[in-house]
Amino acid sequence: MSETLIEVRDIGKRYGNVIALSGVTTSVHAGEVTCVLGDNGAGKSTFIKILAGAHPHSDGELVVDGEPRHFTSPRDAQALGIATVYQDLAVVPLMPVWRNFFLGQEPTKGWGPLRRLDRETMKRTTSTELAAMGIDLRDVDQPIGTLSGGERQCVAIARAVYFGARVLILDEPTAALGVKQSGVVLKYIARARERGLGVVFITHNPHHAYPVGDRFMLLRRGRSMGDFPKSDLTLDELTAMMAGGAELEALSHELTAELGQDSEVAQTMSQDVKVLDT
Amino acid sequence: MTAATQATAADERVSRQSTLTRVLRRPEVGALVAAVAVFVFFAVQTEVFATANGASTWLRSASTIGIMAVAVAMLMIGGEFDLSAGAMTGFTGLAVGVMTTHWGLPIWLAILISLLLALALGVANGVMVIRTGLPSFIVTLGTFFVLQGVDVALTKAITGDVAIQGMSLVPQYDQPHAVFGSALDVNGGSLYVSVLWWIVVTAVATWVLLRTRAGNWIFAVGGAQTSSRQVGVPVARTKIALFCTTAGAGWLVGMLLLFTTSTVQSNTGIGQEFIYIICAVVGGCLLTGGYGSAVGAALGALIYGMTNQGIVYAGWDNNWLKAFLGVMLLLAVLLNEWVRKRAELAR
Repeated sequence: MSETLIEVRDIGKRYGNVIALSGVTTSVHAGEVTCVLGDNGAGKSTFIKILAGAHPHSDGELVVDGEPRHFTSPRDAQALGIATVYQDLAVVPLMPVWRNFFLGQEPTKGWGPLRRLDRETMKRTTSTELAAMGIDLRDVDQPIGTLSGGERQCVAIARAVYFGARVLILDEPTAALGVKQSGVVLKYIARARERGLGVVFITHNPHHAYPVGDRFMLLRRGRSMGDFPKSDLTLDELTAMMAGGAELEALSHELTAELGQDSEVAQTMSQDVKVLDT
Repeated sequence: MTAATQATAADERVSRQSTLTRVLRRPEVGALVAAVAVFVFFAVQTEVFATANGASTWLRSASTIGIMAVAVAMLMIGGEFDLSAGAMTGFTGLAVGVMTTHWGLPIWLAILISLLLALALGVANGVMVIRTGLPSFIVTLGTFFVLQGVDVALTKAITGDVAIQGMSLVPQYDQPHAVFGSALDVNGGSLYVSVLWWIVVTAVATWVLLRTRAGNWIFAVGGAQTSSRQVGVPVARTKIALFCTTAGAGWLVGMLLLFTTSTVQSNTGIGQEFIYIICAVVGGCLLTGGYGSAVGAALGALIYGMTNQGIVYAGWDNNWLKAFLGVMLLLAVLLNEWVRKRAELAR
C-alpha cells in the first residue's frame, strides 16, 4: 500500500450539545482517491472543515504523516500541503485565467518601485500546469468567467496542485455540473491521483465516486456507515447504501402519483429504482 | 467570441480575433471614441476650441477632475466608492490656507500636515468600511457631510471669511506655486503644470493596476471579495490603501487648485464627487467593481473638460452640460453592462 498521508481515527465534532459528526474513521493515501459520500446534512461539510482546518475536531484523532495534529486554522492545514477546493472555487470571474491562477501568490521581478508581475512566467506556467493536468485551454488571457464550470473547477485543482498540495480536498466538484462536464472533472481527479496526490472527493453521487474512488467512506446523519476499500464494494451496493433503496422507491411512487404515469421525471425515477433492484 | 469561426494554426476552437475586435474589448475604448467625437464637434463648431489658447483652458479643467477620476476609478475597481473625495480637495486647500495665513506655519510644513490629515481621513474611511461591513457609499457620504460642514464652519470660525485671502503673501509661496500652480508657454497657450500631474498620475495608476501585485489585488477584491480572501489576498490592506489613494489625490488636487488660483473657497469640490464617478464610469469602470481602467477615467475627465469649456465657447446655456453628462453616463453604463455580460457569460 502507498504512503499514508492522513489517517482519521474515530473523529467527531460537537457544536455545544449538537453532535455534528461522530465515529468517523478513514485514511488518505498518496496516489489514491478517498470518496466521502453522504446526502445533504450527512456531515460531509463538517468533515471537510476538520480536514481543511476551518473547525478543530472535538473527538478522536487526526494523524498527518504519522503525527497527531489539531488544526486551529486553515493555514495549519495548508502548511502541511492539504489544499481545499471549495464549491465557489475562489476565482474572480472577470479576471484572466493566468491572473486567477497566481492570485495571492504572484511571482514578481525587479525591485523597489519597479517591482512588477512576472507576466511571462505567470502565463507560461499557467499554460504548462494546465496542460499537465490535461487541460488544453484556448487562451489563458480570457476571463475565467468565460470558461465552463468544469474547466473552472480544473483550473482551481491545477492551482492547488501547483502550489504544493499533497492532499487535495474537493468539495462537491461535480454538484453543479452537467453529465459531460462532470466526466471532465472526474478525468482530472484521476489525473491528480496519477500524479501521486491524495485526493479527498466529497460527493453525493455514487456514480461519480465509484469510477475514480479507491476507498469509500459513507456518512449518514453525522455518523459513519463504514469505510470500504473498492475491492469490498460494488457500485450497486454503494448506491443502495447511499440512497437507501426503500426510500427511493417510496419517492418514486409518490412522484408517479403526483405527476402522472407519463411524466418524464417519474419515469426516470422508477427506472433508477429498477436499476437499484437488479 | 463571434460566430464566424475561422480555423487557425494555433487552436481551431478560437475564432480568429481581428486586432479591431481585441481593441474594441478594452474598457477605455468607448471613452476614446466619445472623446474624439466631442473634440471634433467643438473644433468644428467654435473658433477657439482647437487653438492653443482654447485648449489650455479645457485641459486645465480636465486635469484636476482627471486626477480625482483616476483615483476614484482605482477605488471603484476595488469595489468601493468615496463620496468624500470632492470635499477633500477643498479641505486640504483650506487647511494649508488657514495654517499659513492665520497661524503663520511654514508653507511646506503646512502642505505636509495637510497631506497627513488627508491620509488619516482616508484610513478612517477605509477602516470604517472594512470594520462595519457597511456600503462605502453610506460611510463616505457621512465623511462627505462632515467635511463639507467643517470646511465652511471652521474656515468661517477661524478666518471670519468663507475663502482664504492673502495666500500669495505667505513667505516662500513661489516654491509650491512652481510645483503645483505654474504654467508653461506653449505655442501661445499655457500648459498648466496640473496637466503634467494628471498625465503622471494616470501613468502610475495604469502601471500599478496592470503590472503589479497590488493591481492584481485591486481587481480581485472588487471582482470577488470572498474568493480573494480565500486565496490569501490582503483584502483590508488593499481597500484601506485605495481609500488613502483617493484622499491623497484629493490633497494633490487641493494643492493644484490652491496654488494655481492662490485662493480657495470653503465650498471647493462640493458636488464634484459624482463627476469623478461619472468620469470613471464613462471610462469603462463597472459600478459593481472588478473592472475598469485608469486611462479610461482620464479620458472620461477629458470629455468632461472639453464639454464644459466647449459649451462656453459655443455660447450655449451651460446647463446643457449636466444633460450631456447624464446622457453620457447612461450610454456608458449600458455599454459597460454589455461588456461585463460578455466577459462573464460568454462560453
